[in-house]
Amino acid sequence: MNRRGFLKLSIKGAAGIAFAKGLDEIFRPRQGLAAVKPVRWGFLVDTYKCIGCGFCVRACKLENEIPYEANVSRTWVERYVITKDGRVFADAPKEARNGFTTNRVDLGMGRYQDIKGEYIDKAFFVPKLCNQCDKPPCVQVCPVGATYQTADGVVLVDRKWCIGCGYCIMACPYGMRFFHPVHQVAEKCNFCYHRITKGMKPACVQACPTGARKIGNIKDAQDPVANIIMTQRVSIHKPEYGTNPQVYFIGLSEEVR
Amino acid sequence: MVLEELWTVKELFTYPNEYIYWSIQIVMYPFMTGLVAGAFVLSSLYHLFGIKQLKEIARFSLVFSFALLIVAPLPLLLHLQQPLRNYFVYMTPHFTSAIAAFGVVIFVYGAIVASEIWFLYRKHLVEGSVKLKQQLNKNLAEKIRYGVYTILTLGVFDISERTLRQDAKAIKILAGVGVPVACFLHGYAGFIFGSVKANALWMTPLMPVIFIMSAIVSGVALCMLTYIITMEVKKFRAARKTPFPIHQTREEIKGVEIDVVKKTARYLLVFLIFSISLELLDLIFRGYTAVKSWDILRRVIYERDFLDIFILQYTLGNLFPFILLLIPRLTIRRAIPALFLVLLGVFMMRWNVVIGGQSFSLTFSGYMNYRLPIIPHSLETFKEGLFGALLIGALPFILFWIFSKILPVFDMEESH
Repeated sequence: MNRRGFLKLSIKGAAGIAFAKGLDEIFRPRQGLAAVKPVRWGFLVDTYKCIGCGFCVRACKLENEIPYEANVSRTWVERYVITKDGRVFADAPKEARNGFTTNRVDLGMGRYQDIKGEYIDKAFFVPKLCNQCDKPPCVQVCPVGATYQTADGVVLVDRKWCIGCGYCIMACPYGMRFFHPVHQVAEKCNFCYHRITKGMKPACVQACPTGARKIGNIKDAQDPVANIIMTQRVSIHKPEYGTNPQVYFIGLSEEVR
Repeated sequence: MVLEELWTVKELFTYPNEYIYWSIQIVMYPFMTGLVAGAFVLSSLYHLFGIKQLKEIARFSLVFSFALLIVAPLPLLLHLQQPLRNYFVYMTPHFTSAIAAFGVVIFVYGAIVASEIWFLYRKHLVEGSVKLKQQLNKNLAEKIRYGVYTILTLGVFDISERTLRQDAKAIKILAGVGVPVACFLHGYAGFIFGSVKANALWMTPLMPVIFIMSAIVSGVALCMLTYIITMEVKKFRAARKTPFPIHQTREEIKGVEIDVVKKTARYLLVFLIFSISLELLDLIFRGYTAVKSWDILRRVIYERDFLDIFILQYTLGNLFPFILLLIPRLTIRRAIPALFLVLLGVFMMRWNVVIGGQSFSLTFSGYMNYRLPIIPHSLETFKEGLFGALLIGALPFILFWIFSKILPVFDMEESH
């Protein structure tokens, strides 16, 4: 290489480096990436606000195409009635898809218990949905990896890959999973992932008339739901299983199963 | 209607999605793998430790183990909601799951048993192939037999003293490797249940060990029972002097038979003691520690499932056969009911684990009752019903019958 050629190449090289550096300065991809806030979906259930209307269950079944009459659901509402003699009655008739319309508690096998108002110490409703655990046992036990946790914390099921062995259903301490009556694969609540990733609210949250159900990003300190979870007294369901649930409850009583 | 509503009746407060998802086929699965493992361990007692008394039953139980092994995955297949996707378990195993190991374990174990059988019967296969090759004017049955023998030799026709000695060595090594693998195959079935932290009845580290011990008990019992039945058939044939090739007289068979049964029964009793001790330890420990779930477990074990657990499993299935086999001067007539009861006991143990574990709710304040579908109205009620289970139970015997047409499973002479 002669001197002219060397200088030409050096100038070209320097120009190239400068151009690349310039692009980096103008567009700042690293800063751009950092600007995307990390997301971890969390749910807040205020049991004091729940009136047991069952709108959430209905909305969920319609939105997620779970046959309405099938006795399985991604979400449900439980009723607890504690009588003056300390007995605890609980039920969730038909997942509460039609709401709680009578005072009779469903005991299963076609039997009911009528409880008069004057015998009741306290009574309340508790909506339930998938806890999207940080350490989900259902994901751990899936033999084919058909169920998995997304980066934003939601546990999903791949309907094309699930073999329907039922191990995940056995592994969930909350009884959230079931076999989809039509698709014959494992099914569960996913916070309406198809909606929340497009900026919408889950069907149950949108349908709730009292605001008992709320969803938010618990990694965002500005998020109102995250704010409540951080600053108020909330509890999680069955912490003894070590699953780190991400559905937080306000007013979860010790009678709640 | 949800499929599981066909056999689940819910009582008191249960979560809406709770049903008995694992039904009769999942009872059959550990029962079948248990028989596989037990039959193999029995054969290994001879091949590995050289316990001469078990020589007769050893070769027989090895082949029976293989027949059972082929059937063992079928209950799982029948139970899958998406049976056509079964190979996903081998294609994309997700190894944090106990079930994912299934493919690896069953193929490794299958390979071990198949090659052990091959080494054991190689001489016979070669001799059969060579003999039929020389024979002229073969009829169709002989042609098929010749083809099968020749294929099964895998092209190795060397049966010199030296190679046969090497075969014997290979059998010993395979039997040695096979025992831990057989225990793993079944212990891991116990792990599948024992590791489910959501299920208060299943979750115990003792589960795999309990499963292995009861597996050996059931496998030995089934091998003894099948051995007795085939020997009785032989005796019957010897008495009638049928044209089948019979090597012994009726009295000779009888003498060998009771001898084998007596000696094997001793091993059965030892494993039965281990099995019962572990199960009782588990029960006592649960009652003594009495954690949160004990309240409902106590009601399930001592009240609702009392018949299944204490009458059918412990009394009829464990205590009775234990006494029957322990009384001196064991006879075949006494051994047969005892062995049937042992099998019943182990089956009920599987039933009480699988169905019993799902008969109470995760709420700890409700129950689920199982109603086994008997009349098959649909494919589902067949698969998950009585007849599906009976089909699985019958298949190993059919397979074993086919194997016994090819391999001299009961021949008394020969070395090894």
